[in-house]
Amino acid sequence: AALKGGLRFQVSAALKEGHVTPTELCQRCLSLIKSTKFLNAYITVAEETALKQAEESEKRYRRGQPLGVLDGIPIAVKDNFNTAGIETTCASNMLKGYISPYNATVVQKLLDQGAVLLGKTNLDEFAMGSGSTDGVFGPVRNPWSYSRQYKEKSVPKSHSEDEESNWVITGGSSGGSAAAVSSFTCFAALGSDTGGSTRNPAAHCGVVGLKPTYGLISRHGLIPLVNSMDVPGILTRCVDDAAVVLGSLAGHDPKDSTTIQDNFKPFELPNLTDVSKLSIGIPKEYHAPGLSSEILALWSKAADLFKNAGAKVVEVSLPHTRYSIVCYHVLCTAEVASNMARFDGLEYGHRSDMNKSTESMYAATRREGFNDVVRGRILSGNYFLLKQNYENYFIKAQKVRRLIANDFVKVFGSGVDILLTPTTVSDAVPYMEFIKEDNRTRSAQDDILTQAANMAGLPAINVPTGLSERGLPVGLQFIGRSFQEKQLLTVAKWFEKQVKFPMIQLEVKRHDHGAFQHQKSAFFS
Amino acid sequence: AAARGCGGVWRRAWQRGAGDPAPAPRGQRAVACNARGGAVPAGKSGLAPWVPVVGLEIHAQISSNSKLFSGSQVQFAAAPNSLVSFFDASLPGTLPVLNRRCVEAAVMTGLALNCSINKRSLFDRKHYFYADLPAGYQITQQRVPIAVNGSLSYSICIDNKMSQMVTKTVRIKQIQLEQDSGKSLHDDTRNQTLVDLNRAGVGLMEVVMEPDMCCGEEAAAAVRELQLILQTLGSSQAVMAEGQLRVDANISVHHPGEHYGVRTEVKNINSLRFLAKAVDYEIQRQIEELENGGTILNETRAFDSKLGCTVPMRDKEGKQDYRFMPEPNLPPLILYDAKSLPANMNHQQVVNVDWIHERLPDLPSVKRAKLVEQYGILPEHGFTLLNEDGLTEFFENVVKQTQMKPKKVIGWILNDLLSYLKQHSLTVKESPVSSFLLADLLNLLEKKEISSTAAKQVLAELWKGEGKTPFEIVKEKKLELIQDQKELEQICQEVIDGRENEVIMMVLG
Repeated sequence: AALKGGLRFQVSAALKEGHVTPTELCQRCLSLIKSTKFLNAYITVAEETALKQAEESEKRYRRGQPLGVLDGIPIAVKDNFNTAGIETTCASNMLKGYISPYNATVVQKLLDQGAVLLGKTNLDEFAMGSGSTDGVFGPVRNPWSYSRQYKEKSVPKSHSEDEESNWVITGGSSGGSAAAVSSFTCFAALGSDTGGSTRNPAAHCGVVGLKPTYGLISRHGLIPLVNSMDVPGILTRCVDDAAVVLGSLAGHDPKDSTTIQDNFKPFELPNLTDVSKLSIGIPKEYHAPGLSSEILALWSKAADLFKNAGAKVVEVSLPHTRYSIVCYHVLCTAEVASNMARFDGLEYGHRSDMNKSTESMYAATRREGFNDVVRGRILSGNYFLLKQNYENYFIKAQKVRRLIANDFVKVFGSGVDILLTPTTVSDAVPYMEFIKEDNRTRSAQDDILTQAANMAGLPAINVPTGLSERGLPVGLQFIGRSFQEKQLLTVAKWFEKQVKFPMIQLEVKRHDHGAFQHQKSAFFS
Repeated sequence: AAARGCGGVWRRAWQRGAGDPAPAPRGQRAVACNARGGAVPAGKSGLAPWVPVVGLEIHAQISSNSKLFSGSQVQFAAAPNSLVSFFDASLPGTLPVLNRRCVEAAVMTGLALNCSINKRSLFDRKHYFYADLPAGYQITQQRVPIAVNGSLSYSICIDNKMSQMVTKTVRIKQIQLEQDSGKSLHDDTRNQTLVDLNRAGVGLMEVVMEPDMCCGEEAAAAVRELQLILQTLGSSQAVMAEGQLRVDANISVHHPGEHYGVRTEVKNINSLRFLAKAVDYEIQRQIEELENGGTILNETRAFDSKLGCTVPMRDKEGKQDYRFMPEPNLPPLILYDAKSLPANMNHQQVVNVDWIHERLPDLPSVKRAKLVEQYGILPEHGFTLLNEDGLTEFFENVVKQTQMKPKKVIGWILNDLLSYLKQHSLTVKESPVSSFLLADLLNLLEKKEISSTAAKQVLAELWKGEGKTPFEIVKEKKLELIQDQKELEQICQEVIDGRENEVIMMVLG
């Protein structure tokens, strides 16, 4: 109700005008989820409750009293947000079968505004990873692996076996949410973003991925990775949609003391026509090792786009960003060690049969419940927190974090409005390629461009920009000032309009109807 | 063989050193110390005296409707696990939300203990695995606590004489806000542990007292004074039997001029009597250990109230590393004063230290001084009145209803009422004689209708609690003093009549 009539969600007009009913929309999505099951984007599909919610929404529309633009919109939520009555697993044996008694604040807000919750999306176990390959339910497949664009560009392979080995990862850890939005099975999805976990898969899957300012959206009910950096992320197919979802989620939550006290007013994004007053910063340190030449080219093209439109484009320096990953490693693992301590098998979740003593039960429960990545981070985190190491690691990392944040303050203080950077160093790599490196190495490589924004708590967004030579999405990242989401999204929207990112031409073989191309469906544009 | 009062056992220890052949078995002795805090006489070796050092960590449960970081109710002896919120059970994704009332209670307590209140304090996580600690860490204030650098004055009497009271001061290092843990109940027969989380997350104030005490009596007196202060403030009910006040004592001994000795920690002492006993036992044990050539281990011990001794606790193997870390889900706790209070701030959302300071009630020391001044009683009477729950009110009610001078009333209260109650292990509230009845009785005495001997007889009847008034008892037992001259003469005449011989003998002497 707080949303002004001007705010739009692309499909909501169709709902409002009665071209489609919430139930039809929900059924369409559910059927797409089934036909794209091989993507492994969803861990749980809440078919029954979704249809019920759609029915309720339909009644409201019939009465002419929809709750707002989100009423009847099918959404998906990353499986590290608590959902009452629907399993919340974090893709871990530890929480397999766990049903939370409460809704995360963000989930509750979406439901309160009439959104239809289709299900819970796949991720790396406890959101620890950058590929969505390290969850107990298996890896998520990037829908673009099954796009005409990718198939045409990649080396022609005649055998289906080769196609099987050719599929690319979604990025992570919110890969399930990104794949779900990208494959049209939902209109918006929640991810979480601690070091890039929303923006990275958004870039690889060709969708918009927004990481809002820390403290703008409640974390209550988000199962934490790093409390001081976690932010609920928003994945949509366009910047306008992201603004709508942001408007419905942002604001103070009495259940999360780290949310801002000020009231948040949802905003409509203007269509920017003049960018000449804008100053776009290009941080030189983001010429990171391993940055692919095509992404570099795309990045300079984007800078030129702004320049040619009259914006001021300046090179800026964020000298401490290069320490971001190592700093993150210490702070992240320390918080992980702490946050994971609650999983002891007593109150909830997995409990080992080992019953020799409480201690042996703890040990066995945690060994059985967590994968190697989680256990490894717990181990290093506890090492960093030991009394003899605390000063040398944790305190130092906190100081470095402050330096990283101060770099941004200086740059924004110098008159720069928005920073423009790549989101990832390359397009999505094939799964077989990806798993050659371990999770830690991969995370260190993949988070390098997104991480610093979490350190500084700044809002950042991935905007799909173009396709790589292999026909895979490539995105660029805009980083804004704290709590200046409106400016950030306005610029992102302008950019989105200029680049005209192509729509995925998804070719899904269905058992009954043969090839089915989603883009033909009018409602999904 | 309890030697209360200062110097008792240390003197004896010294005497023993000078040739006392048979040291009494451990645990049967209580020890006390030098009231002036100086060096105490030498032990068995006779070489150098020992200085015992006692510091205390006191956990006081905050009296509040809800827990420190959740909305669950706080209540003693509720059905197990009936007061547990999602946060208390550490369900994933839950976050702490600081309870304002608990902050105010800690500020009040800090002010009453002459602390500096930190306008900005921080919360930390202290990690350890235990069944009754669901999150695997306790949220506490390790780096910057809410209050620091205070002091507490308390009094003890010398040689157990109420008339010789000495006031002492212990420094308060800090007061920190932290969560209580749940309770583990070990069922040894079925080899299982049951966990009750009702207490998990209840707000605690940990009051850390510097090692400024030197014996059980001092420790107990300091805790008693703290208890009275907390109860006066209402910041904690501080009932030790209900676990609202729990004391850990750090104890060491050393020779004067040397560094402090290795200390032991005696944990979870739940009565003042046991505190005094535990501390004294532990001091004596350490002295004996050292004098026998042994060493003191830095260990945690428990007080066995049945055996009257301390025993090593088994559950802690080696030193724990608590891996402290800042609590990332709670912003710094900011307190304001009249000067710093922002004008546009919602007063419901801030804690104003000055506002609390202005509204502090009279503390026990002030109350005692007022009693002494108002009623002309002795300072030690003030102590006894305040030390017994409800006794001050009882005394004041009696005073209000009698013409007897408060100075005389206090005698009846302390010598008769209190000793009777003590004898029968009753609290003032449970007294069979109400302040009204006692006042009636004292009025009869004051009007000289009965003698003080008769008054004691009446009181003895009143204890039976049969519902009779003092007047009825006096009538029934014919205890009234006869004030009619003629009546008296007549009685005397009757006695003399028929006993002429005895009278003559008496007259003749």
